[in-house]
Amino acid sequence: MNLSISARNRKRLGGIVFHTIVFFFGVIMLYPLLWMVIGSFKSSGNALTSTLIPDYFNFGNYADGWRGFGGDETFARYFRNSFVISSISTLGQVSLAAITAYGFARIKFTGNKICFSIMVITLLLPAQILRIPQYIMFNQIGWMDTYLPIILPGFFPLPFFIFLIVQFIRGIPKELDEAARIDGCGYFGIFFRILLPNLKPVLITGTIFSFYWSWNEFMTPLLYLQTPAKYPVSVALHLFSDPGTITNWSAMFAMSTLSIIPLFLIFLFFQKYLVEGVVTSGMKG
Amino acid sequence: MVLLLQVKAFFSHKRKKLLKDNLAGYLFISPWIIGFLAFMAYPMILSLYYSLTNYNLFSPPVWIGLQNYIEIIKNDPKFLNSLKVTLMYVAASIPLRLVFALVLALLFYKASKMIDFYRAVYYIPSILGGSVAIAVIWRELFGYYGALNNILMASGLMEQRFSWIGNPNTALLTLIALAVWQFGSPMIIFLAGLKAIPVSLYESASIDGAGWWHKFYRITLPMLTPVIFFNLIMQIIRLFLIFTRAYIITGGGPMSKTEVYALYLFREGIRYHRFGYASALGWILLIVIAIITFIIFKTSNRWVYYETKGEL
Repeated sequence: MNLSISARNRKRLGGIVFHTIVFFFGVIMLYPLLWMVIGSFKSSGNALTSTLIPDYFNFGNYADGWRGFGGDETFARYFRNSFVISSISTLGQVSLAAITAYGFARIKFTGNKICFSIMVITLLLPAQILRIPQYIMFNQIGWMDTYLPIILPGFFPLPFFIFLIVQFIRGIPKELDEAARIDGCGYFGIFFRILLPNLKPVLITGTIFSFYWSWNEFMTPLLYLQTPAKYPVSVALHLFSDPGTITNWSAMFAMSTLSIIPLFLIFLFFQKYLVEGVVTSGMKG
Repeated sequence: MVLLLQVKAFFSHKRKKLLKDNLAGYLFISPWIIGFLAFMAYPMILSLYYSLTNYNLFSPPVWIGLQNYIEIIKNDPKFLNSLKVTLMYVAASIPLRLVFALVLALLFYKASKMIDFYRAVYYIPSILGGSVAIAVIWRELFGYYGALNNILMASGLMEQRFSWIGNPNTALLTLIALAVWQFGSPMIIFLAGLKAIPVSLYESASIDGAGWWHKFYRITLPMLTPVIFFNLIMQIIRLFLIFTRAYIITGGGPMSKTEVYALYLFREGIRYHRFGYASALGWILLIVIAIITFIIFKTSNRWVYYETKGEL
C-alpha cells in the first residue's frame, strides 16, 4: 500500500517536472513570435525592449505601417499582389499536379517508370542551378517586371506535389477504377468522377503547401520585379524594414505580424493536413 | 529490353489498347513534361553551356572551355569562403536540429490534449519561420538594441551591448540559431516514425527486463534509422540552399563571414552579371551536394537498419 502511494507520487512529480520543463522551453520557442506581435503594439521608442508586456496598446502602429515606405502605394496593394500571385500559382500547381499524378499512378504507358524516375531525381535538384539561366531566359523573352517568371515555374506541376498526390492515389483501391471502366468510363471519366472526389484531403494538403511557399517566395520577385507597385508582401516588407531608413520599429513589427497572419491561419485550421503533407513526403519516400 | 517489348507489343493484337494507353498517359503527364522541359531541362542545358563561356550582360557568350571551373577552384578565395561558411552552417545546424527533433518527438510520443498543444507550440516556429517577417524579426532580436542584449544585460550576464550580427565571430551563430529553432518538420516525421515501431518489440524487451535506455538504444534508435537517414538527406539539401534569411539578416557580412554559397552565386550572377562564372558556380554546388549525398548513401548500408532488406 505504502509503496503504491509513493510510486504514484513519484509519477506525479515526474509529470510536474516534465510539464515545467516543456512549458519553459515552449516559452523560449514562442518568444520571438510573441516579441514581434507584442512589439507591434508598443510605442515606437520601446519596440525593441525585451519585455512581453506592452507599455500601451497602440493600434496606430498598424495604420502607420499600412502606409508603407513613402510613395502612393500602401500595404493594401502589396497584400493584394501577394494574394494574386499565390492564388494563381496554387490553382495551377494543384490541379495540374493532380492530373499528372493520375497519369503516373494509374496509366500503364511506355516510359512511365523512366519519366517517374526523372521526376523523382529532380526533386533533389537544387533550385540555385536554375536561377542564372532562368534569369537570362526570362530576360530575353522580355518578361522582366511581370509576374510571369514568378508564377509560371510554380504553375506547372513541381515534383513535390506530383509525388505527394501519386502516393495518395496509390492508397486508393484500384477496384474503383475497374468498376468504373466496366461501366464504360474512359480515363477522363475515371479521373474526374471517381478519383477526384477521393483526392480531397491531398488536394487540401497540396493547396496549403503551394500557397505557403508562394506566399513566402522572396528571391524571384526580388529578381524580376522593378516597379514597387508590383511588389508582393515579402519584398515590400524587406524594403520597409531596411535598417538604414527605418524610423518606426513598431510599425515594422505590425506589418511583419500582418504578413504572417495568412500562414498562421493555415496552421490553425489545417494543421492536420500540414502534418499529413510533411509525413507523406517524409515517410513514404 | 524495353525496345524488344515494344516491338513485340507492336505486332500483338494488344497494340490498339497500348497506343490508347500511351496517348492517354502522355496526355495526362503533359503538364509536368512541359514544365520540366521549359523550366528545368532547357535552363540546365543553357546553364551547362554558359558555364563553359565568358558571358556577361554586354557581350554574347564566348567559348572558353573549362576556364571558369579552373578559375573558381584554383584562385577564387570568395568561392572557398562561401563553401566553408555554408558547410559550417549545415554541419552545425543539422545535428542540433535532428537531436532537438528526436528528443521532443520522444517526449511528445504519447498523445493527450496537453501534448497536442505542446506539439503545436513547438511546431509553429517551423511554419512561420520561412517568412521574410521572421528573418526581419530575427535581425532585430539579435541586433545591437535587440531583445537578447536587453535580457542579457538585465539579468547581469553581460555588461555592455554586443552586436551579435555585426561581430564576425557570432554572425553565423544567429543564422544557425534560426535553423535550429525550426526543428518542427523533422520532429513530425520522427513522431510518425515512432508510431510505426511495433509495440510488441517493447513489450518483449520489458519482459526481458530492459530499462528505458536499453529500449531506446536497442529498439527505438535502430528502427528509426531509415527516418533519420531520410531526414538527413532532405535537411542537407534544404539547408545548403540557404538564401533569403542570410540575405536579410546579415547580408553576407560582416567580413563575408556569413556569405553563404547561394548569396555569393547571386552576387556574381545577378549583381555583377557574370553569367558564365555564376553558372559554373551553380554546377559546382550541384556536384558538392551530389558528392555529400552519395557519401551518406554509401555509408547508409552500415548504419541504416531495414526490416525488409531492399525495400524502403
